[in-house]
Amino acid sequence: MTAPLVLFYLFALLAAGSAVAMVASVRNTVASAMWLVVTMVSLAVIYVLLGAYLVAAIQIMVYGGAIVVLFLFVVMLLNLRSDDFGPGRQRMLKLAAALLGLFALVQLLRGGGGLPPMPVAPEGYGGYAELGIALYTDYVLLVEMASLLLTAAIVGALILAKREVN
Amino acid sequence: MLTVVLIKSVFILAVIIGAIAPVITWVERKQSAVMQDRIGANRADIGGLTVIGLLHPLADVFKLLSKEDVVPEGANRVMHLIAPLIAAAPAIVAFAVIPYGGVYQFGDFELSLVAANPDWGLLYIFCIGSLATYGVVMAGWASNNNWSLLGGLRASAQMISYEVTLGLSVVGIFMCFQTLQLQDMAIAQDQTFRLLGFTDVLFGFSIPYSDWIRLPAWGVFFQPLGFLFFLTCIMAENKRPPFDMPEGESELIAGYFLEYSGMRFGLFFMAEFIEVVVIAGLMTTIFLGGWAVPWASTESIIWFFGTKVGLGVGFATGLCVLIHFATFMAKVVVMIWVQMLMRWTLPRFRYDQMMDLCWKIILPLSIANIFVTGFVILLVNGASS
Amino acid sequence: MIPLDHVIGLSALLFTIGVLGVVTRRNLIVILMSIELMLNAVNLAFVGFNRMWPADAASTTGSAYDGQIFVLMVITVAAAEVAVGLAIVISMFRNRDSVDIEEVSLLRW
Repeated sequence: MTAPLVLFYLFALLAAGSAVAMVASVRNTVASAMWLVVTMVSLAVIYVLLGAYLVAAIQIMVYGGAIVVLFLFVVMLLNLRSDDFGPGRQRMLKLAAALLGLFALVQLLRGGGGLPPMPVAPEGYGGYAELGIALYTDYVLLVEMASLLLTAAIVGALILAKREVN
Repeated sequence: MLTVVLIKSVFILAVIIGAIAPVITWVERKQSAVMQDRIGANRADIGGLTVIGLLHPLADVFKLLSKEDVVPEGANRVMHLIAPLIAAAPAIVAFAVIPYGGVYQFGDFELSLVAANPDWGLLYIFCIGSLATYGVVMAGWASNNNWSLLGGLRASAQMISYEVTLGLSVVGIFMCFQTLQLQDMAIAQDQTFRLLGFTDVLFGFSIPYSDWIRLPAWGVFFQPLGFLFFLTCIMAENKRPPFDMPEGESELIAGYFLEYSGMRFGLFFMAEFIEVVVIAGLMTTIFLGGWAVPWASTESIIWFFGTKVGLGVGFATGLCVLIHFATFMAKVVVMIWVQMLMRWTLPRFRYDQMMDLCWKIILPLSIANIFVTGFVILLVNGASS
Repeated sequence: MIPLDHVIGLSALLFTIGVLGVVTRRNLIVILMSIELMLNAVNLAFVGFNRMWPADAASTTGSAYDGQIFVLMVITVAAAEVAVGLAIVISMFRNRDSVDIEEVSLLRW
């Protein structure tokens, strides 16, 4: 039971628990968004434990710092208050929660499943310099396409949310 | 290993947060008073001794602790409680990567005066800055008040806009120093460079006596535009005046912390002043050479005190630690003075002016800065290889 | 030291919770948040697999960080989708004055 393993279980529990809290917090949409932030940050910690430091930093900056803030922005702009489950959905949710809990328990007790244990990370794993070089030499086309996609999203969002000028 | 980190963290909390941040409230009052040609706050005394107003921060603490914590009716009590905590935590936690001294060798014990030096040091600051938005947003929402909601909306839009330009304005520094670690950036600024050395690589001849004109290799000399943009963006990110539209004292009453009183307001208040120190610390480390004494590198200081004056290497290294820490604090004090200067000189930006500044002025200029920096680096490296 | 199937098990768990959120909730914004949760679960799977089997650095078909680069692209796509999705939510709110999906079920049988 090494320290990374204990931390992984702790943050896995936190991530799953806050995801459930996000789906289940019906009265308060802002609380749902806050639980989503907790999920994002605990996933970022799990990424750090798995050695992906740059991805963890980008997860916190983009997901936790911009995307969920955008959600909160819209909630506050539209001044939404409370919500409700659909008809009959609550029973389905409880059944699904029970099945999921059973799955998680079985998964935990089963231990290893025939997969080899995680290898020791190769030298300099998670270094952002190599990732950056790979992004701009092998995968430069992906970066360009991502920028085109984001431009299209900006223009689309602007046009969709624009007020009609009479 | 863990104890060393704990000792460094306690040192940071005690000295920088416990001692400097309350002094800054005094600096704010006294500097504004001097600039506005008045006396300022000097009434708080202990037994008749008013120490030119230095006891006012202490009086502030007592006042805020003794006030009632009012939670407005209809507000979400949990969110109202944790919003100041989420606003204050990033300000304090950001000190973990700011170096207040270099790396010193005491025999076989290596002392590095920074609490944590991960590979992605400056990205940590950006992540912490992104998470600081939530304190403001929650404070605005949880108060059940239209003015707070407006303040929270404006604050969150301002903060996420300036995060983008904050990142872009330091990309030039990353290209110059080739590292994201703040301690390595400070070590790279511990040397001097020839000011007129560009004639060597560009034109092939060297100006006579140009070896005598050496400037310290500070970030502000390599990236003057980056310095300006980073200072602007980080002041806007932390909602320092003149970018304090969200807490506009004359427009929105008090903006997003309207419904906060007592120690909850005290936490917001303290968070703002700790952020002043964080801004100063970051600007010092990235652009002003950090803990490095200009024109005197670490080796030359240790040689001077160890060999020339004859005090021995160990004692000289200890003296060097003190000198570097004092230099760091002096530069931080200068940056705090600059921020206070900007606060009490410039009027507040209007909201659309602020957004225009970010998206229409700083963003294109910082991208142009990246291009020019890349071009110059290519010229210098390409010509010398 | 972190067993891979626990990482993948957590990813599957988060994905299922996301699907439940999409299917159960009526608020369109929470549905969008559940979709983000599903994308995060996929990211976790990618990072886990990349840690377990980083491609050989000398291979010519890419770098050792293929999984992480894919994660960056997924984050980009998620950001674009959230922007457009929230713009749709805003225009829906302007038309119907509600973000409840039960109110816009005109084409349902």
